[in-house]
Amino acid sequence: MSDVAERVKKIVVEHLGVEEAKVTENASFIDDLGADSLDTVELVMAFEEEFSIEIPDDAAEKIATVKDAIDFIGKKQA
Amino acid sequence: MRRVVVTGLGLVTPLGVGIEHNWKRLVAGASGLSAIQSFDVSDLPSKVAGQVPRGETAHGHFNPDDWVPHKDQRKMDTFIVYALAAGVQAVEDSGWKPQDEEGCEQTGVMIGSGIGGLAGIEEGALTLRDRGPRRISPFFIPACLINLASGHLSIRYGFRGPNHAVVTACSTGAHAIGDASRLIAWGDADVMVAGGSEAAVCRLGIAGFSAARALSTGFNDTPERASRPWDKDRDGFVMGEGAGCVVLEEYEHAKKRGAKIYAEIRGYGMSGDAHHITAPPEDGNGGYRAMRNALRSANLGTGDIDYINAHGTSTPLGDEIELGAVKRMFGQDAYRLSMSSTKSAIGHLLGAAGTVEAIFSILAIRDGVVPPTRNLENPSEGCDLDLVPIHAKERKVRYALSNSFGFGGTNASLIFGPAP
Repeated sequence: MSDVAERVKKIVVEHLGVEEAKVTENASFIDDLGADSLDTVELVMAFEEEFSIEIPDDAAEKIATVKDAIDFIGKKQA
Repeated sequence: MRRVVVTGLGLVTPLGVGIEHNWKRLVAGASGLSAIQSFDVSDLPSKVAGQVPRGETAHGHFNPDDWVPHKDQRKMDTFIVYALAAGVQAVEDSGWKPQDEEGCEQTGVMIGSGIGGLAGIEEGALTLRDRGPRRISPFFIPACLINLASGHLSIRYGFRGPNHAVVTACSTGAHAIGDASRLIAWGDADVMVAGGSEAAVCRLGIAGFSAARALSTGFNDTPERASRPWDKDRDGFVMGEGAGCVVLEEYEHAKKRGAKIYAEIRGYGMSGDAHHITAPPEDGNGGYRAMRNALRSANLGTGDIDYINAHGTSTPLGDEIELGAVKRMFGQDAYRLSMSSTKSAIGHLLGAAGTVEAIFSILAIRDGVVPPTRNLENPSEGCDLDLVPIHAKERKVRYALSNSFGFGGTNASLIFGPAP
């Protein structure tokens, strides 16, 4: 697993208080991990902080799953 | 009018967590005041506070994880966590956890706060200045809003009746009980969780009250001696934090389900000073009228009150003005009642004070013990009532009156009596 994927999962586990095993790549923050819309805003902020990037609002709206986040951050860093 | 009784109690104070733990320590003359160590006070004139002791719940200390899931604590300021801890205690104590639609809809919440999420606002403002708006948490606003204490407790238990919050500075906790009991009397609800919560012991809070010249500054090296209502050496109040909650219930409703009844709410009086933003009028007219209105609504005479839990904050001006108002209201009966200030033990819990002190008044009736005024070594001239100095005192308490006065000139008096 890439470094980005691991760091993303760690943040998700911490912020949503879910078990690590549940944080699969296809897991949806809202449908599978119990997040609400405010949680997802905070998650995106945590990603920005962790990876020192900026995620514009229109891009943030498209980040619905763990994989979406990993892919977006991967591209930003490439 | 429907009668209203108290069927559940919950406390988080500088003396610890839990009703019996608090009461035992208060009656024993313990102090919850200590030097502030959680933030820098080197440039602040007041360096002492009544702080909620952190630690194991089993030892009567406060462990937030036992009341709110860790991940949710980020979403609420400390005053909400305290409110939930007190609210959960009160609800569990009452045994009222309705599962049916009608029960849930007839149960409401009214928990207030004087200031709300002051520490969160302080931190949020610094984040905004130093790192810009994009770093402000989406939980910033709901974490700081005062009515979110009521909101969170209602979500926890599914209480879908009136959801309300009082904001009347240091009268908040008393107004919450009085107003919630009126909602029950009028039929808007059968059960209300009412209370107050405060967590303003932060740099901004201490700096603000210091600037208003309200705090004690002369006892920074001896924190336990800093709050000394009616004593000659008193020099201001001591900031406190915590929460108190009570479950109020319509009498027949409580009787029908066989609930344990602590006390009945017999009287509630309110008044406004229309005088000054922080100081009471010299003649204590506002406090006088709050007490008079409470006695009137209770249909009781001055000879019926055995104990007054005074507002008694330990300020040079306020203590004697309140005492004067009591003398004027009660006449010769003032000399046969006992009056104490429990702020001498826990400091001034601001928006939580009225509820915490109402609970102490209820327990005084239950146990026939009036809690002491700590540090009252040399009463000021004219302070010649039984102010229960230093040691608690056994005496039968038929009816107890609790006073709360707030900045802005807002006053409330509550009268409790034994279970019907």
